[in-house]
Formats: sequence, C-alpha cells, structure tokens
Amino acid sequence: MTAAYASGPTRRPLRRGAPWTPWAFLAPFLAVFGTFVALPAVRGLWMSLHDWDHLMPDKPFVGLANYTALLDPTSVLFQRFWDGMTATGTFVLASVPFLVTLPLLLATALNRAFPGRTFLRAVVFLPYVLGVAVVGVLFRFVLDPNLGVLNHLLGVTGLDRVLHLLGAGDPVPWLTAQPWAWVSLVGVTVWWTLGFNTIIYLAGLQDVPRELYDAAAVDGASGRQRFRHVTLPGIRPVLAFVVTMTVLASANMFGQADLLTGGGPGTSTRTALMVILDTGLGRYEMGAAAAMGYVLSIGLGVVSVVNFVALRERDGRGRRRARRTS
Amino acid sequence: MSARAPGRVRRGLGAGTTWALVLVLVVTFAGPLVWMGLTSIKSTGEATASPPTLWPQDVDLSAYARLLSMDGPYPVLRWFLNSLLAGTLHTALVLVVASTAAFALARMSFRGRGLVFGVIVSTLFLPAFVFLMPNYLMIDRLGWTDSVWALVVPGAAGAFGVFFLRQFMVGLPAELEEAAALDGANQWRVFTRVVLPNTRPALATLAVLAFLGNWNDYIWPVYVLFSPERLTLPAGLKLLQGAYVTDYPGIMAGAVVASVPVILLFVLTQRFVIEGVARSGLKG
Repeated sequence: MTAAYASGPTRRPLRRGAPWTPWAFLAPFLAVFGTFVALPAVRGLWMSLHDWDHLMPDKPFVGLANYTALLDPTSVLFQRFWDGMTATGTFVLASVPFLVTLPLLLATALNRAFPGRTFLRAVVFLPYVLGVAVVGVLFRFVLDPNLGVLNHLLGVTGLDRVLHLLGAGDPVPWLTAQPWAWVSLVGVTVWWTLGFNTIIYLAGLQDVPRELYDAAAVDGASGRQRFRHVTLPGIRPVLAFVVTMTVLASANMFGQADLLTGGGPGTSTRTALMVILDTGLGRYEMGAAAAMGYVLSIGLGVVSVVNFVALRERDGRGRRRARRTS
Repeated sequence: MSARAPGRVRRGLGAGTTWALVLVLVVTFAGPLVWMGLTSIKSTGEATASPPTLWPQDVDLSAYARLLSMDGPYPVLRWFLNSLLAGTLHTALVLVVASTAAFALARMSFRGRGLVFGVIVSTLFLPAFVFLMPNYLMIDRLGWTDSVWALVVPGAAGAFGVFFLRQFMVGLPAELEEAAALDGANQWRVFTRVVLPNTRPALATLAVLAFLGNWNDYIWPVYVLFSPERLTLPAGLKLLQGAYVTDYPGIMAGAVVASVPVILLFVLTQRFVIEGVARSGLKG
C-alpha cells in the first residue's frame, strides 16, 4: 500500500506512513460500520418520524405522531405496545434476581481448589454456547405437559403434589397457563445463561486480594461475614456490570417466548421486542415500530444509568464499611 | 491458589459436599442435552411413550435419515452447510475489518482518531433491535434478502471486535514495530508481519466468539431468509418445530445437528471462549 512511499529517496528511520495510511486501514471497517451501524441508527430515527409503511409508495412525514400514539390510550398501538412492555418488565423483574445471585453463589463455590473444577466450569457454561433455537425446541419437548420428561420426573418424585397445592393443574401446564409460563421462561433462561455470569464473577473473584480473606479469617470472621464484608465489596464493580448487562439481556428476550409459548397464554408473554418486530417486519408499519424501539431504548438507557449509579454509589459506602470492620 | 497458608480456617468444601455439588451441576446442565441426544435416536412412538424410556430400547436412526436428505421439505443438511458457510465468511470478515481498524486506532496517531473511536464506542450503547428494521431496508435495497450476504456482512462492524483487539494491540511493546520500521518495513508489513502474529490469542478468541454468535443468531435469519433451502439451522429449527409438532425425534435430531458443531468448537477452544467472556466483564 505505502510501498512506493517507503522506497522513496529520503528514507527516515521511523516511518509512520502517509497521512492517509490510517484511513486506509480503517476503510474496510468504516465501510461496513457506516452502512450497517451509523446510517441505520440515523435512518431509524428518520423512519420513526414518518408513516413508514414498507409496502406503500408514500411515506408521509408525521412528526412525533408515532410517539404520541404510544402515549394515547385510545390508539390501536397503545394497548399492543404497553402489553409488550409489561411482559418485558415482568420478565426482567422475575429473571434478573436469579441471574444475578445464583451465578454469584456458584462462582463462590467454584472459586476454590478442588479436583474437576475446570471441568465443572465448562459444564456450567456449556448451555450458553447453544443458540436460543436449540434451547427453545429442546425445552418445548421437556416441558410438554403430557409427553415431557419434567412432569414425568415430578410425578415419580411426588413433587407434583407440591405444585398442585400451589394451584397448578394436572398435568402441570408449564407453557399454557400463568404463572407457570413465566416460571418456565425464567427457568429456561437461567439454565441457558447462568454460565455466562458465573464466568464473569469468577474473573472478578480472582481480583479480590487473598490477604483480605486471610485478615478477616484471623479476625475470626465467619464464612458469611467474609462473603459480606470482603467478597461483595471486592466485586462491586463486576456486580454493577453483571446487573446492568443482565437487565439489558432480559429486556431483549425474544427467542425463548417465540419458541416456547408463542407469546401466550393470551398475549401475556408477548414481549416488547416481539411486538416491535411484529409491527415492523410482520405488518410493515415500520415508522410505528421504530418509534417503539426508541422508546424502549430510552427506557433501557435510563434503567442502565440508574443501575450503574446506584451500584457504584454503594461501592464507595461498601468499601468504607469494609475498612471499618477489618 | 493451592499455596494457601496452612493456618487458614477453612480450606474448602468437604469431599462429600463437593461430589454432591458436582453431580447436581452435571445432571442439571448436561442432562437436558443428553436427553436431546437420546430422544433423537428413538422411534417416534418411543419418544412420546408414557412412561418415557431413558435409554432407547431400539436405536432408531430414521430421524437422521429423514432430515439429512438434501431434497426433503426440511433439508437439515443444507441448513447445516448454509450455517457453516455464513459463519465462516462472517468470521473471516470480522477478523479482517476489526484487526485493520484496531491496528490504526492502537498503533497510529492521526487527526480524528479520538472522534472515530468515540463514534464507534457510542454505538455500544444502542441496543441491537434499533438496527433491525433500517438494516432490513438496507438489505432489501442491496438485493441481499434470502441470501448468505445478509448473514455475513451487517453484523461484521460490531464495536466489540475493534475494542477487544485494540486493547490487546495497545499493550504490545513499541520496540517490536520500531525494529521492523528500522528495517524499512512499511505499515502494512508491520501490521502483517509484526502486529498480527503477536495478536494471535486475541484473534482466536474473537474468531470463536464471532462464529458462535453468527451460528446461533435467531432473530435476524428468521426475518431475512424465506426459502426453505436458504435457511440457517436456527431458522430451520423454528420451521421444523412448526411443521412436525410431535415428531420429537426429528426435531431433536435437528437440534443435535445444530448443537454438535458448537459444542465441539467450545470443547476445543474452551480457553479462548471463557477468556473472552471473562475479559468482557473486566471492562466494566
């Protein structure tokens, strides 16, 4: 590329190339980035300001009408969109506590030296390398009320009686009645993605200085106290990262509900993302769908900032408390 | 880690607790996958029998025979080849565009570098679904719907790859390229002969993550591919589930075909995958 330049008569020892050399290196990335990231981000905003029906020749400018329709209880879109937002919110609230705490407990257990530790770490992570399509069709079978192995195992162990006491039908309708459909979607998601957060926690736990644990042990701190006053403050930044990423991942839930419940029973598990894609790519009402997408992103942005600030804030207080106790 | 002070209060879990934990975890996380494999080699009748059999009484490979014919209505072998082609081309493209861009951003100083980097970083904060519809229109305009290019190109300019490689390249010692520059090497030679060989572990990690992501992608192929013979495995599994309903050996066989390659890839490159995931968390 710069061969002609490099072989010129005035060679300097440390050649940095022509002024355009960096841009030549950046060009392939920027070409793809511009076409499929930067331009679409702007175009999405533009679409959201139009009555953009993919199949219609005219796409009239409507200003903020697509956005105000989402706030107007009498509009057709209002119900559809907010039902989706409710489903997404329900899933986030139901899944995030498990996806944040279970991997932390597991990582704490795996962060000790014992034979088979590496193997176990790989087994726990294994489901995460599978796609949601595999996970979806597999658990559709496992959770089938009549043919599925889960209800069979529950019957054999007698655990189904506990579920019947809680009001579940017989056989337990894992995918076709609430709250069991949510229990299934959360459970499957925990099974699928638990390993990811576990690995991140494990990396964070390695960074907690050993001396702190030893000092706490010398002071007679119990296991629970060490966890609370050494481990938790030590991994607070990682915890903030995990909470934020997990909220975003759960808010993007699509495949599990698409394959396991089809959004049912009724529309109770039809998530915001399912509504957006159905509106935009199913009904081709792309302007309305783009507006929904931006409203959801703004919501997620606010939640992320709140999460991060809240956990960072507690970071400082946690450290002070840890210092006082040690 | 094993060199702990002997005076530590608790050295770890007791042997009994450890093995109970190991057993529970292995059954919980590997069990459903074993069940998937076992179901795929049962007859349709046996797969839906009550009570279910654990081990197939008659090993029946007809589900695979049905699915692997290229011309049937559900050509799983073709989906496999489509997924393999898309994943390979996508991974190659990611490596090329991310490594060249990361090299420029990590090892060169030029006007506008901060701006370019800032713009790339800022897109990390936009959720993926914002791009789905504008990108669908772009693909439509380019005539790429229902083709492998729709799967290869759009996701290739993700900010993560550039980030990840740049971080690695920034850490390389300057003497490496200075020595090469003294020998009269231009930037392209510095890149290909000096920087890339020293970036190999990061490139391997990025390659595996890019391939896994592309192989497993669900939403995008479901919306941009239409013809049954053009589908990838995830989109094909959705079709299979809708069409076969209770042919569980058939559906599980499709799921096995979709899982075995990524499980093998994971087993072979475990270190790179887990390293990559762990490092993504340390940024935070």
